[in-house]
Amino acid sequence: MEKAAYNKIVKKNTPSENILKNAIIAFVIGGIMGVIGNALVQFYSYVFDLSSKDASVFMIITLVFLGCFLTGLGFFDKWVNFARCGLIVPITGFAHAMMSAALEYRKEGLVTGIGMNMFKLAGSVIIFGVVSAYIFGILRIIIMGG
Amino acid sequence: MTYLNSFIFCGVVCLIGQLILDNTKLTPGHITTIFVVVGAFLDIFNIYDKFVLWAGGGALVPITSFGHLLIHGAMDTVNNFGVMGLFMGMFDLTSSGIVAAIVFSFILSLIFKPRD
Repeated sequence: MEKAAYNKIVKKNTPSENILKNAIIAFVIGGIMGVIGNALVQFYSYVFDLSSKDASVFMIITLVFLGCFLTGLGFFDKWVNFARCGLIVPITGFAHAMMSAALEYRKEGLVTGIGMNMFKLAGSVIIFGVVSAYIFGILRIIIMGG
Repeated sequence: MTYLNSFIFCGVVCLIGQLILDNTKLTPGHITTIFVVVGAFLDIFNIYDKFVLWAGGGALVPITSFGHLLIHGAMDTVNNFGVMGLFMGMFDLTSSGIVAAIVFSFILSLIFKPRD
């Protein structure tokens, strides 16, 4: 009863323009991340003379490093609050989740803090990714023949 | 041209995520998890490969490519070892991202102090 009333108030006071603004920001920032990723792939394949498959691995490592480093410096939390999904959905969000868990639990010690809690936020991505990839992999063998 | 395509592809994926985040009660953790599963699902019929061809590096930036790379790594070993290959090659292509995330966040979390 109280919850319904609360939800009504929340709904009334949440401006619909906000959703549109958030969506546009996420689209633009996400698009910029995509352009950066593509530019890094082109850059690495040009400079180190790699195939685009190997260059994309370098690109992912670079973005993960940037995500961790900027989270450590403290900028990235503000940017994530501003861009939301524009930075959470790219691979930087994965790095951000791991880095913020590691930073948060550091005071509890190396093993009991960082070691046990690093995957607290990002673990679900790996677990669901592996389980779904296993199931869909079997489907793919059946349907496409590997 | 791939720059424009990667802008559009990555932007649209983030836009979908933002719309889910704003219009439902799901947390960012739910959204990244859903996107990984969707990326793996799209790879059953090689759909994600077409995105990668179309958008270049931009298609590999969103977390959906994580599911795509999991299946692709597994399929490489499936060709040699059959169904057992699913267990062997799953992390072949994604290991770089996971190892980088573990190593960098461990080392950097020792260097930096947490901020609010």
